[in-house]
Amino acid sequence: MSKQAQHWEKTRGLLMVTLAIWFVFSIGIFLFGAEMNEVTGPFGYPLTYWFTCQGSLGIFVILIFWFANRQEKIDEEFGFSERGDD
Amino acid sequence: MIKGNFIDNLPKVYGIYTGGFLAFIIIMAIAEQMGMSAKAIGICFVAFTVAIYAIIGYLSRTAQADAYYVAGRQVPTVFNGMATAADWMSGASFVAMAGGIYFKGYGYMALLVGWTGGYVLVASLLAPYLRKFGCYTVPDFIGTRYGGNLSRLMAVIVLTVASFTYVTAQINATGTIASVALDIPFQYAVYVGLISILLCSMLGGMRGVTWTQVAQYIVLIIAYLLPVFWISNKMGAGFFPHFMLADEVSRIAELEAQFGFVKNSAENLKEVPKGLAGITKAHSAVNATPWAFISLALAMMMGTASLPHVMMRYFTTPSVKAARKSVGWSLFFIFLLYSSAPMLATLSKLSLIDPSLPTGIIGKSIAEVQSIDWYQNWNQANLMFVSDFNGNGTLELNEFFMGGKAVVLATPEIAGLPYVISGLVAAGGMAAAMSTADGLILAIANALSHDLYYKIIDPKAETAKRLVVARVLLVVIGFAGATIAAMEIQGILGSVIWAFDFAMSGLFFPLVLGVWWKRANREGAIAGMALGLISGAGYLIWVRNGGSGFLGITQLTFGIFGSAVSLVSMVVVSLITAEPNAATQKMVDEVRVPSGKSILGKQH
Repeated sequence: MSKQAQHWEKTRGLLMVTLAIWFVFSIGIFLFGAEMNEVTGPFGYPLTYWFTCQGSLGIFVILIFWFANRQEKIDEEFGFSERGDD
Repeated sequence: MIKGNFIDNLPKVYGIYTGGFLAFIIIMAIAEQMGMSAKAIGICFVAFTVAIYAIIGYLSRTAQADAYYVAGRQVPTVFNGMATAADWMSGASFVAMAGGIYFKGYGYMALLVGWTGGYVLVASLLAPYLRKFGCYTVPDFIGTRYGGNLSRLMAVIVLTVASFTYVTAQINATGTIASVALDIPFQYAVYVGLISILLCSMLGGMRGVTWTQVAQYIVLIIAYLLPVFWISNKMGAGFFPHFMLADEVSRIAELEAQFGFVKNSAENLKEVPKGLAGITKAHSAVNATPWAFISLALAMMMGTASLPHVMMRYFTTPSVKAARKSVGWSLFFIFLLYSSAPMLATLSKLSLIDPSLPTGIIGKSIAEVQSIDWYQNWNQANLMFVSDFNGNGTLELNEFFMGGKAVVLATPEIAGLPYVISGLVAAGGMAAAMSTADGLILAIANALSHDLYYKIIDPKAETAKRLVVARVLLVVIGFAGATIAAMEIQGILGSVIWAFDFAMSGLFFPLVLGVWWKRANREGAIAGMALGLISGAGYLIWVRNGGSGFLGITQLTFGIFGSAVSLVSMVVVSLITAEPNAATQKMVDEVRVPSGKSILGKQH
């Protein structure tokens, strides 16, 4: 397999993991919104309510930075990273 | 100041700017104590901030295509994040979001999840690849990836439909705020708003818009967070509201149970002025079905990833890697405001309905409420209304009505904050609406001038002529938007959500599959864009005219139907027609690798 194909395979793998986490916190948990709201979440808010005001939103922020770092590692591994800083 | 090593000095420049703005707020506060009138303070806030944006817009003037279309591709990640956040957060986010949460609770908060979750799709599926492509506009990507003028033209049409739906709402919002703050009639205020918007973008294009949007973000975030923290502390709810309002949230639930949600008769509701609503839904309980919540969130997420005015912000970063990080920063800056909106809604609601608080009005006599100063002001502004439906002389929960905007606009006054805060909030709302309108008008004008005029009509045009055309279009589109806004056809929020649905119907799959599916070809993309847009729009028209809809897809989520049609038609048509030629396939391979030259040249 060429270097480029390997790079793309790893990139696709990372995409799948990222989208899986995204799916859980944007769609998955809200299938059980009513049940989850009975539980007390962080800072004492009802759990589903907390996810809609802070939880899911914050997880998305962290997820994007995590994704960006992992993708940079993959690019470096195959020598595809760009020169210069950001 | 703006030339040479301006980029290296950014933290310093905006640091001084932020300090100056804070000093201005303090000066206004002192002036208020010395007897400056509320009206004069409002005018000062709006006029001062708009003047600053206009100066930045003038200093950023340019005669180069690269600077005009993509700000010279040298905007650092953090600053591009701020600019995107301002570009993103519209007048609706600023003025109406807390109100939506206040009235509709959980069902509305799907928008919070949708408008943030979409950025995960932007970062992972699209932004870095479109940056590598080196395009100036979104149709530039479609036109080059799939080839041919028809695909480019289709992308321009979808972009124009979606963005134009959105921009009228923003110009409307600038008009509303300008008319309140400057005390002039709305029909004129709309054009005052428009001229302020054009001052930022006309001379500098994307470069001017970038640096004004950063300035606007700073104003709008201060204007949103300062009152929230202040009110929370004044009420004794906690010095950091985001982590400390659990007691307040459960107190609201307790009061809701105590008062009950009494349903008003249709006859009684006729008395209530149009646009005002009462509290009829639980604050923190789950009050929507899973599908209602998920379908709205999903539509907003896919719409986010297809809206061209957001995507084009990531064309301005210096590298592909910077584009990815920049999406993270954008969402961080958006998160600061979005996570505060539910807190403001909570504080606002509790301060009004809790009889044990001095500001609480439920349980007081109607005559007493009607004699409160702030009630009289906001009643006059048509944003508050009480009526004694059951004739017992006391105000019940179902007898109190408020406009959605009042949550942001009136809460500082109800909580007893000085008027200077209300002036600050007006400046923040103006910044939010202006920055979004600027991004949208520029997105439309750039697509028309670059893709329609330069790429399709006159490919030999010189740079100077192209930029003249771009600026003329900017003014024409701005005036068209303002004229429609002045007619006040659709409420602010409805049309914002439609824009997301239009964008996702026509553009989501052609963009995503353009990168992720090599087999996608021109015929498929054209079918996907055309059929997606037509079926989405058709569904909207059908439901608006009394159609029952299916699968619980409403007029707010019609993009789910449109994009499904788009996906199916794009895949089917791609598979029954010839696969893309070798050059196109090689181009897709190159897009997937971050290093190396961009597909399109530096000046194209």
